[in-house]
Amino acid sequence: MTDLSLIRNFSIIAHIDHGKSTLADRLIQFTGGLTDREMSEQVLDNMDIERERGITIKAQTVRLNYTAKNGETYQLNLMDTPGHVDFAYEVSRSLAACEGAILVVDAAQGVEAQTLANVYQSIEHDHEIVPIINKIDLPAAEPEKVKAEIEDIIGIDASEAVLTSAKSGIGIEEVLEAVVARIPPPEGDRSAPLKAMLVDSWYDPYLGVVILVRVVAGTLTKGLHVKFMQGGTEHLVDRVGCMNPKIEQLSQLQAGEIGFITAQIKEVEQARVGDTITTVKNGADKALPGYKEVQPVVFCGLFPVDAADFEKLRESIGKLRLNDASFSFEMESSAALGFGFRAGFLGLLHLEIIQERLTREYDLDLITTAPSVVYRIQLGKSKTDDAREIELHNPSDYPDPNRIEMIEEPWIKATIYTPDEYLGAILKLCQDRRGIQIDLTYVGGRAQVTYELPLNEVVFDFYDRLKSISRGYASFDYEQIGLREGDLVKMSILVNNEPVDALSMIVHRDVAEARGRGMCERLKDLIPRHLFKIPIQAAIGGKVIARETISAMRKDVTAKCYGGDISRKKKLLEKQKKGKAKMREYGNVSIPQEAFIAALRMGEE
Amino acid sequence: MARALYIHWPFCLKKCPYCDFNSHVRADVEVARWQSGLIADMRREAEVAGGETLQSIFFGGGTPSLMPPSLVSALLHEAESLWGFDENVEITLEANPSSVEASRFADLASAGVNRASLGLQSFDDGALQMLGRLHSAQEGLAALGVAQDHFDRVSFDLIYAMPGQGEADWSAMLDRALGMGTDHLSLYQLTIEPGTRFATDVRRGALRPLDDDSAADLFAITRELTDAAGLPAYEISNHARPGQESRHNLTYWRYRDYCGIGPGAHGRRGGAATLRHKKPENWLASIDRQGDGLSEVRPQNAREQASEALLMGLRLAEGVDLAALSRRTGIERGGLVEDGRLAFFCEMGLAWSAGDRIGITPSGMPVLDGLLAEIVPSELVAA
Ligand SMILES: Nc1nc2c(ncn2[C@@H]2O[C@H](COP(=O)(O)OP(=O)(O)OP(=O)(O)O)[C@@H](O)[C@H]2O)c(=O)[nH]1
Ligand SMILES: [Mg+2]
Repeated sequence: MTDLSLIRNFSIIAHIDHGKSTLADRLIQFTGGLTDREMSEQVLDNMDIERERGITIKAQTVRLNYTAKNGETYQLNLMDTPGHVDFAYEVSRSLAACEGAILVVDAAQGVEAQTLANVYQSIEHDHEIVPIINKIDLPAAEPEKVKAEIEDIIGIDASEAVLTSAKSGIGIEEVLEAVVARIPPPEGDRSAPLKAMLVDSWYDPYLGVVILVRVVAGTLTKGLHVKFMQGGTEHLVDRVGCMNPKIEQLSQLQAGEIGFITAQIKEVEQARVGDTITTVKNGADKALPGYKEVQPVVFCGLFPVDAADFEKLRESIGKLRLNDASFSFEMESSAALGFGFRAGFLGLLHLEIIQERLTREYDLDLITTAPSVVYRIQLGKSKTDDAREIELHNPSDYPDPNRIEMIEEPWIKATIYTPDEYLGAILKLCQDRRGIQIDLTYVGGRAQVTYELPLNEVVFDFYDRLKSISRGYASFDYEQIGLREGDLVKMSILVNNEPVDALSMIVHRDVAEARGRGMCERLKDLIPRHLFKIPIQAAIGGKVIARETISAMRKDVTAKCYGGDISRKKKLLEKQKKGKAKMREYGNVSIPQEAFIAALRMGEE
Repeated sequence: MARALYIHWPFCLKKCPYCDFNSHVRADVEVARWQSGLIADMRREAEVAGGETLQSIFFGGGTPSLMPPSLVSALLHEAESLWGFDENVEITLEANPSSVEASRFADLASAGVNRASLGLQSFDDGALQMLGRLHSAQEGLAALGVAQDHFDRVSFDLIYAMPGQGEADWSAMLDRALGMGTDHLSLYQLTIEPGTRFATDVRRGALRPLDDDSAADLFAITRELTDAAGLPAYEISNHARPGQESRHNLTYWRYRDYCGIGPGAHGRRGGAATLRHKKPENWLASIDRQGDGLSEVRPQNAREQASEALLMGLRLAEGVDLAALSRRTGIERGGLVEDGRLAFFCEMGLAWSAGDRIGITPSGMPVLDGLLAEIVPSELVAA
């Protein structure tokens, strides 16, 4: 049993790639959690996709035992968090379970958008923040300048910032000493009724559903009957433990501690994050304040390339969701793409990661339709229906335009932080995307711009464009600021005069023509010539706004064919037939799967 | 019962860069061994598919004009004694128009050959060189004259849609060809076949085939000029004065039975597809081993037969009689064509349908492969 005064709970927060996970490695190593042989780089990033991309997606918690210079042995519960904005909710949950945070700032990059966003969240929790300037080994490191930035921009004292190189192991002990000295110990009455915060849950193939908890009051022991206060279900706790970072079973977790439990739970859904766990008998009567629910903001369709894979896709999505409750999905069918799912994500990186995991871990070939956002539409009264409000997730569900009285679209407030040489190009990009400039400030050669932007313009390809025009130097962060009315229309794409549902999209009237032209041009190159000419049109309602024509194929013949060649000719025909079977028919036009995929990627140029 | 016999002579002096036929270059050929081998192969076919007189024999290759006339004569005697000949039997031999070969034409005619098909390919020395031909334009024209003196019927081949070829160039050459006084012409667009040297050249970027649109324009010109000259197309690439069509080749396109002997020869007889060993040495070994050169006799089901009949028959201007094909295969009309697609393409002017017959119009012919993929039902094609 660890005395409260000897416990420290803290998160490591930073902008993406500033070295959080690498610092966590060093802290684990220094305190002897893993031997050198067991150690790997960013050992907490254990998903394949995290290792491959070198980024953290899921927050991870480890317990370290550290004997400080004062001779006391402390229990340190460290939470490594992701830096990318799409996973900000992971950071917020971790912060809620701690009393302090280590703020890592790259000594060469300085303060960036996500540094600010995360540190402000931490300040809101009244956390003690320990600034750390990392990567001081880099030739471009300017620790003094970064200290000044931390003080000027964030407004916290950086005079005692620890200088580290997580990579070369400099300053590690100083970090641990600073944590012990500056982050306050937790509080909590260990004899009060149990209150444990459900911080995270995931599915482990060996342990089943594992729940990460922060005990706020009371004691959680093995064999206890517990109740989830919001979920309303009751469970028997069959394991209590912590990760150090290997699994270590314990007999109990007491107020102030962070650890995991298992309770023979089959579905991750039953262990909703933010819930409060208490005992069945003599439980607490008031739940802890929960977490803000995360709402998916970007939607897209996911379809199997091979229609026969639909069941496999359904299963795989289900399994993936066991470990990531933050994306949603519902079944969808499309004339072009068959059966699939409409899925919602926290952002584009999140979308990309789920898509990639499905492809790789579950060996599925997928078609992803263009990302879209959720619109709110006010419908007027019709003969058969009252006036009402609907939410539109999928352009193909766009209602009869005559009934639409108003469409609202989600807007965001984007904060972009950039070296000033890229500022001009960035302002132009924001302007082109219907942005409204709110603020522009300079701090030492860097500019911080704030724009309000329609999310639909951002999901299109904004982030990729931003990265390319700033050569990766600009950082970007956003928050949703609600819905605003917009002049939005549904643009349909017609191939040989038939609408292709999978290609329709909702766009602002002002950009419709340019988008339509782009799509028609793209399709012209992607759809093979047929035996007849094929018009490709973009239209709003009945009005054609862009048009291209694929001319008819004029030569497709085996010039010489005598007795000996029949078998070969037949093989050719078989091949042609097989190729056709993989295409989708639209108004007598066969559109190859690749054409859909490539057309829908048009935003990526 | 087969009434057409194909005899393959696999040897060439040199392999042409566009040719993907079964041809081989060998320093010497043991004529006696080949003679007895081909005769053995022929006897095997006559046992299985004899009983009616032959309407046609075709010597193809390789370069059959390199065969000693005595060998040709011996094979024809054998065929006649095995099957018997129709009174109008058509005996064609493919010939290279070189002076050496032309000097044999008289003997080949005495041996019984009554129709020659000359691989002239072009009247242009540059083109001939690029095609890897060993004869010059001059030599070719001379050989054509010799052939016309000795054989009752003469046809020749030209290759067009060469890289960079323009309309003026081709129509001039075709005009000249039509003035040569033959009643049959085979006019092929150059196609790059996989496995040929040209295919490699294209891949490396050393050869740029003529684009499809220009090739299609040349095809249209070909139709126009040959129609005007009274030698309309009766098949995609074959033109004849009515009555002068190659009877032997019509057997293939009408999907009637034929026997094929010699290395790599294909046959279709009695509901089976036959194939013979391709490599000359293997074929000889097979003759020694089993008395024939057969490497495969594969019975074909009704669906296979129907799809072959369609993909061959629709090459012909006369089209295909679906009622007859139904009777032959036991498959109803609905199973033989995608009627909906056919109607769609008839409306577009690419195909026609008249009672039981269906066919491809002149404007559909240049895209026949694409049309076949549309109108031949998948069930017939499934492997
Ligand atoms: N030179 C140098 N490189 C470092 C140092 N610390 C981390 N890095 C490198 O910076 C990159 C990012 O490190 P991570 O530890 O994955 O960064 P992170 O903050 O966890 O990134 P996210 O979790 O994706 O937000 C890796 O290539 C590290 O090797 C350091 O002290 N010096
Ligand atoms: Mg990380």
